[in-house]
Amino acid sequence: MRHIRFIPDDTKIRFMWMRSYSFPGSAIAGIVSLVLFAMLGLNYGIDFQGGTLIEIRTLDGPANIAEIRGRLGEINLGDVQVQSFGGEDEVLIRIESQEGGDLAQQSVVDRVRLVLGEQVEYRRVEVVGPTVSAELAQAGTIGVLTALFAVLVYIWFRFEWQFALGAIIATVHDVIMTIGMFAIVQLEFNLSSIAAILTIVGYSLNDTVVVYDRIRENLRRYKKMSLPDLLDVSINQTLSRTTLTSFTTLLALFALFIFGGEVIRSFTFAMIWGIFIGTYSSIFIAAPILIYLRLRPSTGGDEPAAAGEAEAA
Amino acid sequence: MLHFARWKVGLILAAVVIGFLFTLPNFFSAETVAKWPDFLPKSRLVLGLDLQGGAHILMQVERESIVKDRVDQLRDDARKILREARIGYTGLGVQGESVQVRVRDVAQLEDAQQKLAELAQPLNGSVFGGGTERDVTIEADADGLIRLTLTEAGLNQRVSSAVDQSIEVVRRRIDQLGTTEPSIQRQGDDRILIQVPGLQDSQRLKTLLQQTAKLTFHLVCTDMSAEQALQTRPPADCDIRYSTDEPPVPYLIERRALVGGEDLVDAQPSFDQRSNEPIVTFRFNTSGARRFATVTEQNVGRPFAILLDKEVVSAPVIREPIRGGSGQISGSFTVESANDLAILLRAGALPADLTIVEERTVGPGLGKDSIAAGETAAIIGSVAVITFMVLAYGLLGVFANIALIANVGMIIGILSLLQATLTLPGIAGIVLTVGMAVDANVLIYERIREEARSGRSAIAAIDAGFARALGTILDANVTTLIAAVILFQLGSGPVRGFAVTLAIGIATTVFSAFTFTRLLVATWVRSRRPTSVPI
Repeated sequence: MRHIRFIPDDTKIRFMWMRSYSFPGSAIAGIVSLVLFAMLGLNYGIDFQGGTLIEIRTLDGPANIAEIRGRLGEINLGDVQVQSFGGEDEVLIRIESQEGGDLAQQSVVDRVRLVLGEQVEYRRVEVVGPTVSAELAQAGTIGVLTALFAVLVYIWFRFEWQFALGAIIATVHDVIMTIGMFAIVQLEFNLSSIAAILTIVGYSLNDTVVVYDRIRENLRRYKKMSLPDLLDVSINQTLSRTTLTSFTTLLALFALFIFGGEVIRSFTFAMIWGIFIGTYSSIFIAAPILIYLRLRPSTGGDEPAAAGEAEAA
Repeated sequence: MLHFARWKVGLILAAVVIGFLFTLPNFFSAETVAKWPDFLPKSRLVLGLDLQGGAHILMQVERESIVKDRVDQLRDDARKILREARIGYTGLGVQGESVQVRVRDVAQLEDAQQKLAELAQPLNGSVFGGGTERDVTIEADADGLIRLTLTEAGLNQRVSSAVDQSIEVVRRRIDQLGTTEPSIQRQGDDRILIQVPGLQDSQRLKTLLQQTAKLTFHLVCTDMSAEQALQTRPPADCDIRYSTDEPPVPYLIERRALVGGEDLVDAQPSFDQRSNEPIVTFRFNTSGARRFATVTEQNVGRPFAILLDKEVVSAPVIREPIRGGSGQISGSFTVESANDLAILLRAGALPADLTIVEERTVGPGLGKDSIAAGETAAIIGSVAVITFMVLAYGLLGVFANIALIANVGMIIGILSLLQATLTLPGIAGIVLTVGMAVDANVLIYERIREEARSGRSAIAAIDAGFARALGTILDANVTTLIAAVILFQLGSGPVRGFAVTLAIGIATTVFSAFTFTRLLVATWVRSRRPTSVPI
C-alpha cells in the first residue's frame, strides 16, 4: 500500500534563497498590520470594552432582525448591533458600554427584556462593567508579554541566545500578523482571542523549536557547512513533519470550525489562521534570521552542501 | 530504546488502564455510578457554566460607600464626645475621608484632642506589635482646628471584613433559592465571585443580590412638614426620605434609627387579614423588642417610618404600644416581592453596597447545544485524524491511533480525577490536542524514515528514530506548556478550562510518546522482527 505523502523524500528546496523575498514581504505585511491596527482598530468585544451581549432565540418563528433593531433603537442604549447568529431564530445583540459606571450597565438587560417581550429565550447574557474590562485588557496584554518572555528564557537555556532571539522575533511576527488579521476582518476581539493568540504562540514555537532542534543537531554534525546551506538542509529534513503536523492540526480545527458551534467559531478561525502563519514563520523567518544573528560567523558564502560534510561522533 | 524492563511494561499499561478507569463514570448515569463498589472511581467531569448553563456574577464591595458610612459615623461620634465633654466647637463637617472641627476655645484644644483620641482604634493583626497603627489619625493646628482622618490601612481592613460578611449574607440569600451547589468565593481584595450552575432565572438572583436590605425604623419628625423642609432646610437631626410609591412621597424622618434590621430574628411573607394584601411579618429579638416597646409606649399617636435601603416602605401611625416584639410591613407588595423581602430580611443586610461588575449567564438550552456541537466536532475531528494517520503510516499509523485513543482517555480521566472544569473552549483544547498529539508520532516516524534511508537496518532505524525524536518532542512541548500555564494564570472561566485541557493534553502526549507508543512499537518489533521499515 502506498502511503500518503505531501512532500517527496530528499527535497532540496533552497529556502534561504527565498529570504530576500520573505523578509521584505513579512516586514511590509507587519507594517501594514500595525498601520491597520492603528487606523481601523480592533473590533473589541465586551470583554475589553465593557458593554452587554445578549444571545436570544425567538420562540415564535424566525427572528425579524429589523424589528428587533427598531425596538431596541427606541430605548436610548447608544450603539446597538443586532445580527443573526447561527440559526434563523437566533440573534446576537451587542450593546455598547453605558455611561455612568458599573451600575448603569445593570439596567440595560432589564430594559431589553421589557422591550423584547415574552416570546424570547435568553440563551446567553453577558455584562461586563468598565472596571473589569479595563482589568481584562491589561491582564491579556501582560499574559502575552509574559508568555513571550518565559519562552525566551527557556529557549535561551536550552539553545544559544541566537535561537532564543530568533524564536521570539518569529513569534512576535505571528502575533502581529494575527492582530492584523483581526483588524482587517474585524472579527470580534475578546478574551478567547487572547487565548487563541497564546495558543498560536505555543504552536508556532513548537514548530520553530522542532526546526531549531534539527539545526542544532546539524551544526554539530556538519562542522564546515555554510550556515545558509545548513539551514536549508535542516528545513528540508523536517519539512515532511512540518506539513503533516500542520495538516492533522488543521483537520481537527476545521472540524471545530464547522461543527463546533457559533460560540467558538471566531476562536477556531483565529487558530486556523495561526497554524498557517506559525508554519510559515518557522520556515521563512525563524530559520533565516539566524544568519543575521551570526549564529556561525566564521563561514559565509553559499558553497555546495556536500563540500564540508563530516559526520560528528 | 526498544528494550523495556518487565516492571516498566506493567507500570505503563497500568497508567493507561487507570486512565480509562477514571473516564468510566462519565459514560454512565449518576445513579448507576453511585451503586458501584467503592474501589472504582466515581468522580465525573465537572461541566463549566457555559456547558451546563448557569450564572457567573462578579460583585464588588463599594469602597466609597464604606468610606461614607465610616466618616459619617466618625462625625457623629466626634459630636457626641465633644458635647459630653462640654467643649465648644464650630464647623464640624466631613471633607473627603476626614472629619474637621474647630474648637472655640484654644485652651481646650489639648483636652479635646485627648477625648477624641479614643476614636482611633488600633487595627487587628497590625504588623507592628502592640498595634501602633490605628484606623484614624488625629492632627491639630495651633489655632484650634482638629482633623480626624481615616487611614488607608483601617479602610482596607473594613473593606476586607465587609467582603467576608457579605459572603455570608450572599450565601444565606442564595441558599433560599434552593439551587444546587452555588459557589461563592472571595476574589481579590474587594470582590465576590458567585457561580450558580443550572440557574434558570438570573434576574431574580440579581434582584436578591443587589439590595443591601438594610431595614430601619425611624420616628417621623413633627417639627415641620416634609414640604416645608424641602423649601427651607430640614432640622439638624432629621432627613428627608422618599417613599417607594409612584410618584415618590417625601417624608421628614429622624436621622437616628429606633431599631434596625440586625435585631430581627425572623421575617415571613403573609397576607393582611383585612385587606388580603401581601405583607411581611417580622419578629424582634428580646433587646430589640424591649426597645421597640419603650419607644412605641412613649410615642403613641405619632407616625413612624419603616425604611428599607433609605426608602420609606411604609409609614404607619403608632396606635398602641407594641410589646410583643413582632409587627408587619405592608407596602404595595406583590406576592413575589413580599417573599423576596422576607428572604432578604432573614438573610440580613449587606455591610456595604455591592455592585455587579461582571455578569455572564448561559441558559440551559445553549449549554446543551454547545455540548452537542463540541461532541460532534470532537468525533469528526478525531475520525479525520485517525483515518489520515492510517493512510500516511499504515500499521505504524494504527499504533499512533491506539496511543491517541489512550491519550484522550487519559486526558478525560485526569480531568475527572482532578475535578477540573470542562468548558467549551476546553473541548476545543481536547480536539486541538488530538491534532497536535499525533505530532509526537509524526516526529518519531519521520525520524525513523530518515534513519532508514540513510542506510540503517530496520531495527536500528526504529531505535535511533525514537532516541533522536524524544528530545525534540520534549523541547517543543515545554514551550507550548509555558503558554498554557500563563493562559491558566490569567484566564477565568471558559479560557481557564481551555488552558487546563491543553496543559493536561501536553503532559499525556509527552507521556504516551515516551512510553506507550514506544512500547507498542517495541512489542511489534520483537514479535515480527521486521527487515524493512513499513513507512
